[in-house]
Amino acid sequence: MQRQVALIKQSLFDQGYLDEQFMELEELQDDVNPNFVEEVATLYFKDSARLINSIDQALERGSFDFNRLDNYMHQFKGSSSSIGASKVKTECTMFREYCRVGNAEGCLMTFQQVKKEHATLRKKLEHYFQLARQAGPKETARRSK
Amino acid sequence: MLNPGQGRGPDSGVAGGSSNSDPFPAGLRVLVVDDDPTCLMILERMLRTCLYRVTKCNRAEIALSLLRKNKNGFDIVISDVHMPDMDGFKLLEHVGLEMDLPVIMMSADDSKAVVLKGVTHGAVDYLIKPVRIEALKNIWQHVVRKKRNEWNVSEHSGSVEETGQREDGDNNSSSANNEGSWRGSRKRKEEEVDEQGGDDKEDTSSLKKPRVVWSVELHQQFVAAVNQLGVDKAVPKKILEMMNVPGLTRENVASHLQKYRIYLRRLGGVSQHQGNMNHSFMTGQDPSFGPLSTLNGFDLQALAAAGQLPAQSLAHLQAAGLARPPSLTKPGMSVDQRSIFSFENPKIRHGQMMNSGGGGNKQMNLLHGVPMEMEPRQFTGGGQMRVQQQQQQLSGGRAVGQNVQSSGMMMPVGGGPSMLQQQQQVMLSSSVPRRSETSSSSRVLPAAATTQSVVFNNFSSELPRNSFPLASAPGISVSYQEEVNSSDAKGGAGFGNPSYDIFNDYPQQHNNNNDWDLQNIGMVFNSHQDTTTASAAFSSSSSTQRQRAEHVQNHHQQQQLPSQSLNHMNGGGSVRVKSERVAETVTCPPATTLFQEQYNQEDLMSALLKQEGLPLVDNEFDFDGYSFDNIPV
Repeated sequence: MQRQVALIKQSLFDQGYLDEQFMELEELQDDVNPNFVEEVATLYFKDSARLINSIDQALERGSFDFNRLDNYMHQFKGSSSSIGASKVKTECTMFREYCRVGNAEGCLMTFQQVKKEHATLRKKLEHYFQLARQAGPKETARRSK
Repeated sequence: MLNPGQGRGPDSGVAGGSSNSDPFPAGLRVLVVDDDPTCLMILERMLRTCLYRVTKCNRAEIALSLLRKNKNGFDIVISDVHMPDMDGFKLLEHVGLEMDLPVIMMSADDSKAVVLKGVTHGAVDYLIKPVRIEALKNIWQHVVRKKRNEWNVSEHSGSVEETGQREDGDNNSSSANNEGSWRGSRKRKEEEVDEQGGDDKEDTSSLKKPRVVWSVELHQQFVAAVNQLGVDKAVPKKILEMMNVPGLTRENVASHLQKYRIYLRRLGGVSQHQGNMNHSFMTGQDPSFGPLSTLNGFDLQALAAAGQLPAQSLAHLQAAGLARPPSLTKPGMSVDQRSIFSFENPKIRHGQMMNSGGGGNKQMNLLHGVPMEMEPRQFTGGGQMRVQQQQQQLSGGRAVGQNVQSSGMMMPVGGGPSMLQQQQQVMLSSSVPRRSETSSSSRVLPAAATTQSVVFNNFSSELPRNSFPLASAPGISVSYQEEVNSSDAKGGAGFGNPSYDIFNDYPQQHNNNNDWDLQNIGMVFNSHQDTTTASAAFSSSSSTQRQRAEHVQNHHQQQQLPSQSLNHMNGGGSVRVKSERVAETVTCPPATTLFQEQYNQEDLMSALLKQEGLPLVDNEFDFDGYSFDNIPV
């Protein structure tokens, strides 16, 4: 089980879903805060869902206030990078680039990607955390190294 | 201990009474502000892992009020750049002006422009998100650096000062008290200072050269002499002769003159901006300093500095000022200049500020001299009123300032830009140019203050304000010494000068200063020179300055921010500069010593002050410049 957990985690890294920032978070986990990473991830998904909604609404309005969109995305990107959500971050960057040049089409398209990556990561991490909890938190933390 | 031989590392023994087993930087009190809950949570965890004491906050306004409520409750602030309720840079400025704490900016945005903005606004550092714990492990260096700078300034001023103490007004006595209480620590510093050069304080007994307290009266005398001779032609020797004050040395006068000149220069720059403002305030006649409404404690200090108020009153004022929101509108409170300085003014100011323009006229804010005027408008942003008021004050101050010029060095503390900080401004204006720290401070020499009243005196009371410095003084001085010497970057010139004081720096800086605006910044960055940094400091972020900072002067410089371009920026930046400046030599934080003081004796200053009966001045009051001399390092 633990090995499975380790493998899953490794694959997330290998596939580029997560980057070293995630490892940083794992380092912060210890006996006192055994579920720190999961807590952070949960918080992230909750908060980012809110942001995604805002962006969705803004895009639906069709007014394309690029500044506003960029602001949202800046925030979203910041969060995502903080937990190491690599692919999500990449898509965010692209979105911001489209905003910068005022390409509405590009924004819409990229945003779909952002959402997709976000959802994918969420599923994967949920699965991972679930397994990790079953395997035992300590191991998880250790394994991250 | 105080020997320079001590290592700089945090482990170096502390000269002061602090224990050498100071766990510093553990326990560093950090306030982290970020609207992103994920980041906030991660940062908090990281900081806790570094053994810091963390307070997190997701809104800038809350952060500010937290800081205001606990003046000495935090050592450093980390803030995100993009926040919904307030721009991170604004917060940066506020903190710099009001609390004079080092602020680290962070953002996912790593574009050069934004980073530069951080620098110019005076951030001590800029972190790119995602933030790694390694980046946070060393943030304590900024705290140490700042303290060192502050000490540095005070040291210099102290060393040159004469031994005798003048019997000036209350301020003097207060300062005398302060001096007495700080003598011990000062001595230490003095010893250290020896190394710096020029000072001949070889032995302990001679170390203690009482600082010259530029009380209002003294300053008035000075200004009168300068005016008689002609500002441009005034030379220390002649001024000294004209003043005919026993015990005053040529060096004292020289350093004071330097500061004064810097101050004047700042005024000159600022006045342009304030043109309109001045008119209203140009009551000129009496420096009714406009309501310094925002006088939060800072102003009080400045006011106090004006020498009108004894340190204690200053303290009161501060409290009052702080306690009272600008509701003090007392329109038309044309407090006489002196009063302006006094605590009352702050209150009044508030009211007046409201009047801003109209009411303000009378009141020449202490800030007169302060270039703060620069941006009266800018503040209009939320609650800017204060700013405006300040502006007015400034303008008022300006008007008065005219006189001021003669009157004293109104350290145009961070002039305009800082105005945002209003409070800061107030302080600035009122406070006599503090030399060292007051970055945002109150340097503002109450230009208006009828100028004569120069707040300089306050310094003595002010000193306490930097709780840190004092506390660490002993320790710091030690470290300082080392650094100073080593720093040489400035060529140690700074330190070496006997009359090294903030003011001194100015002259040097001026060269650089001219370009307050960003251009300088660029220059500054490259140049590392210390003085230049001063100028640069204003415009640029303090970090650059840090390097340069070597001299405390930077503090002043910051305030000076004249206007010119960086006005608003400077507000924040300038203030910051101060702290930053110090950095230069301080690369090696005296660490233990400083911190120990801090932590262990955080309120050493306050303790000392209390002894003296002086109120613990908040950091805001950094008045210094002169007062540092009194600082018992």
